[in-house]
Amino acid sequence: MVAAAITLGFVAVLLAWPLPALLTGATWAYRRPTLGLLVWQLVALVGGFSMIGSLVLLGAATFATDLPDAATGMWRFVTHNELPEGSSVWSLLALSGALFLTAHLLLNLLVTVVYAERERARHSQLITLLSEPMTDRPGTRLINTPAPVAYCLPGALTSITVLSAGLLQLLDEEELQAVIEHERAHVRLRHDIVLIFFTAWKVSLPWLPTARNASREVALLLEMHADDNALVHVGRGSLARAITIVSEGGALPQRSELSSAMPESTPKELRARLLRLA
Amino acid sequence: MNSLGELERSVMDLLWASTESLSAYDLQAALASPASSGRELAATTILTVLSRLEKKNFVVRERDVRPHRYRAASVRAEHMADLMHEVLGGASDRTAVLERFVGQVTSEEAETLRRILAGR
Repeated sequence: MVAAAITLGFVAVLLAWPLPALLTGATWAYRRPTLGLLVWQLVALVGGFSMIGSLVLLGAATFATDLPDAATGMWRFVTHNELPEGSSVWSLLALSGALFLTAHLLLNLLVTVVYAERERARHSQLITLLSEPMTDRPGTRLINTPAPVAYCLPGALTSITVLSAGLLQLLDEEELQAVIEHERAHVRLRHDIVLIFFTAWKVSLPWLPTARNASREVALLLEMHADDNALVHVGRGSLARAITIVSEGGALPQRSELSSAMPESTPKELRARLLRLA
Repeated sequence: MNSLGELERSVMDLLWASTESLSAYDLQAALASPASSGRELAATTILTVLSRLEKKNFVVRERDVRPHRYRAASVRAEHMADLMHEVLGGASDRTAVLERFVGQVTSEEAETLRRILAGR
């Protein structure tokens, strides 16, 4: 049991730092974002389970020799309030640690989902009042602002793609199609669900640099995934031009205000997206 | 989007455009005019929409007169600025709510991007 706990703990440490560090910026993942996303999701899932699992095994090691034994011991403690033979204060500490970590992760996920849903509803309300539906494109709404903006607001039942008047002015028909197909891919492939898990992970373990990097990296891979899906409908040139034009934001007075805000995509990430279209 | 949402938008557009507060009957008449939606709506429908908008803090109700009069809580431009702030100046946590096509970059960075584009 102790050996298993140590092995699992080793896996947890490996998945908490060295492996994600290796994964960040990996070119093979940029070439195949679907695979990259799968690996990131496995790292997060297995990482979480091995963290909790190693604590459970460590706690149970003092009074049990195998897993069924450990389960029986813990069950008797819960139902009969009876400490298993041989258990020490350390086993209790490790087991309550596992319990605490599980509750912490689940609660943070719940809070993140509730918070995001509230934000989404509020934003969707604003969009309803400030934009008009585009009659020629279902599910798409137009906001009357000069900044070239395109985004989607994925929802449980209805998803909205929002385009700005400035965007329509700057892009030609195929570039616009590239933007729309990109956003449509986010909605269709439920990228919001993947993203919310990683956001919750980041919120749960803010002291773990990996959790922070992972959510950025996963967000970038999701953009590349959406880019790849847009390429089914439009040429690489159009998509690459659309990315460049929209990121520049045109020569707009709001530019200084924009760059002072924390950028959502760093130039490095944009370069990575552009380079794979080259 | 649902038609209730569209009705909310028409009502807000009228309130934003108006310099003074309006009653549900003023709004009913304005909405029925061909310049607006041209729809004949029941006053109760408009009152429902108004109370929804009041609950969401988009309109303020003046209760000292009968019938009650309503005005926009803030100007349209202010709501638009809020919206754009949410979209453009997002903390990265917000990516969980809306997914943008790309974020904005500074002009030097844009130059680099253009070079990559030209080198294709």
